[in-house]
Amino acid sequence: MTDPAPAPRTLYDKIWDTHVVDRQDDGTCLIYIDRHLVHEVTSPQAFEGLRMTGRKVRAPERTIAVPDHNVPTTLDRATGIKNEESRIQVDALDRNAREFGVNYYPVNDIRQGIVHIVGPEQGWTLPGMTVVCGDSHTATHGAFGALAHGIGTSEVEHVLATQTLIQSKSRNMKVEITGRLAPGVTAKDVVLRIIAETGTAGGTGHVIEYCGEAIRNLSMEGRMTICNMAIEGGARAGLIAPDETTFNYVKGRAHAPKGAQWEAAVSWWRTLFSDPDAQWDKIVTIRAEDIAPTVTWGTSPEDALPITASVPAPEDFSGGKVDAARRSLDYMGLTAGTKLTDIAIDAVFIGSCTNGRIEDLRAAAEVVRGRRLAEGVRGMVVPGSGLVRAQAEEEGLDQIFIDAGFEWRLAGCSMCLGMNPDQLAPGERCAATSNRNFEGRQGYKGRTHLMSPAMAAAAGVTGRLTDVRELTTEAV
Amino acid sequence: MDKFTTLTGIAAPMPLVNIDTDMIIPKQFLKTIKRSGLGVSLFDEMRYDREGNEIADFVLNQPAYRDAQILIAGDNFGCGSSREHAPWALLDFGIRCVISTSFADIFFNNCFKNGILPITLPQDAVDMLMEDARKGANARMTVDLENQTVSSADGHEFRFQIDSFRKHCLLNGLDDIGLTMEKAPAIDAYEDQMAQARPWV
Repeated sequence: MTDPAPAPRTLYDKIWDTHVVDRQDDGTCLIYIDRHLVHEVTSPQAFEGLRMTGRKVRAPERTIAVPDHNVPTTLDRATGIKNEESRIQVDALDRNAREFGVNYYPVNDIRQGIVHIVGPEQGWTLPGMTVVCGDSHTATHGAFGALAHGIGTSEVEHVLATQTLIQSKSRNMKVEITGRLAPGVTAKDVVLRIIAETGTAGGTGHVIEYCGEAIRNLSMEGRMTICNMAIEGGARAGLIAPDETTFNYVKGRAHAPKGAQWEAAVSWWRTLFSDPDAQWDKIVTIRAEDIAPTVTWGTSPEDALPITASVPAPEDFSGGKVDAARRSLDYMGLTAGTKLTDIAIDAVFIGSCTNGRIEDLRAAAEVVRGRRLAEGVRGMVVPGSGLVRAQAEEEGLDQIFIDAGFEWRLAGCSMCLGMNPDQLAPGERCAATSNRNFEGRQGYKGRTHLMSPAMAAAAGVTGRLTDVRELTTEAV
Repeated sequence: MDKFTTLTGIAAPMPLVNIDTDMIIPKQFLKTIKRSGLGVSLFDEMRYDREGNEIADFVLNQPAYRDAQILIAGDNFGCGSSREHAPWALLDFGIRCVISTSFADIFFNNCFKNGILPITLPQDAVDMLMEDARKGANARMTVDLENQTVSSADGHEFRFQIDSFRKHCLLNGLDDIGLTMEKAPAIDAYEDQMAQARPWV
């Protein structure tokens, strides 16, 4: 007699099963963590906890630390951080990284950058891994087919001490984007459209797998943009099954496997996909052809509309969203019925773990080339890492931005959340490539419209939210 | 971590949906290297004007709710950033329980690590408790974790679901790390096996 065929599993099921260390009777599991990324904001209390209990970091070789949230992005940062609290936090990471012996990229290392850009860039993030970080945008690493999610500081301490997490399994959600994206439509537009459709709580309790032809056709940069914002749709983790695009990106990176190990790894990675008959708890399907360049109008990432639309009215919504929309319009200083393309902006921010990679800078530069920032608009380009910055300079992108009147900055989280001096002034309106348009996110009373790098660049040169397709008919 | 068994206290209504962790504790307070002292900054931008004066109509500034220990909140409470500063700020203010129709996953999880009980109830139940909470200091509620019930002074009582392991840890104030370290042999065995199966990791 032969064994019955194994039950079909999703990609999430497969990675989960591979990492179970212990399972309790009630289904709570202890999950092994392959990579633990650490930054300065959510780790000091965790390291302090280890010290107070006399515990060690169990697997320093699997732990990677880099300061990103607080670091200044101005060219004078080698002279030190002027804000005292920020400096104390970055110094604490420096001390903790050295004392506990973890992998570490200090502020002035060229490999420093936003933790979710550094991990993939250095080959720390590999398919089939579990990756955690005290940061909700850890979902980014799911682009490699790694199970990656944000954790709180208590869990950071738990992972440091035990290299495991106590977890209950999430449900499986499939988001399929069929067909091909139209010219001018990018990964950012896709993910904003998905969130508009599912809502910011649509993925709660689920791990999302993004699939379909439009996802397959994306570069790794684009896939990272999609998975990065899984959390904005409520899912702790987003996944994309690894394929040749993934393997080509990973191959040769500093911490990627080499030689015979590379061959062994790839052959296992090729098994990492959802079986055809796998069970899904939720399925969302969107036609790529129906996705236009998309921007947000409100203070939740779900407040996203095609650039060709107008600002909605609170009455267009139902339930608690009516009051929320009213509050959003008031905060954003917008009137229902205004065409989105009539909204004037004051600032442009290009960067963040969502859109701070080389391809993002290329897309923005393509729109900016030969143009200038509109009168009265300030613009800032913040590469996601020192290496992205160096690559962009090699390609001459820095000069395109500088010639157009943008500031060309050093790497960090910067104005995505404004923990460093890069902030919006009250009432200032920004076209941003980041991930959150929450009240106060980019600065007290600052107003954020989320969009793709090409769209942010277009807004910068015209001075208002703009359909990038009017500036270029080529794919950007 | 403090145990959570039963709690009787004032419930403050916050019907807004999608209250995110940036609202609960804005970025400028994340620069601390301690867990304590964040209560004064809870909901900072909703609670104070730019000069630091209290905004009178914000719920936690109203006399009836200044000592609230329970929040009744709109859907998807705690969405956004993973910052554990959000539950630290709630706890430091004195909030031990949040009731909503849904919570963002990371926030939900962070609550349990800090002795805060997040309770998910259906819309009609949350609506009723929201109404009770709007009645001010008279609307005290009792949360009984052992029996998994919430009851208001007006006689509404609702049963809630909770994962048994999380309930056990809250009731006993257990430290996760200590529990997991007892499983060190299983972790050792897993690492040995992984070194064979996936040596590149």
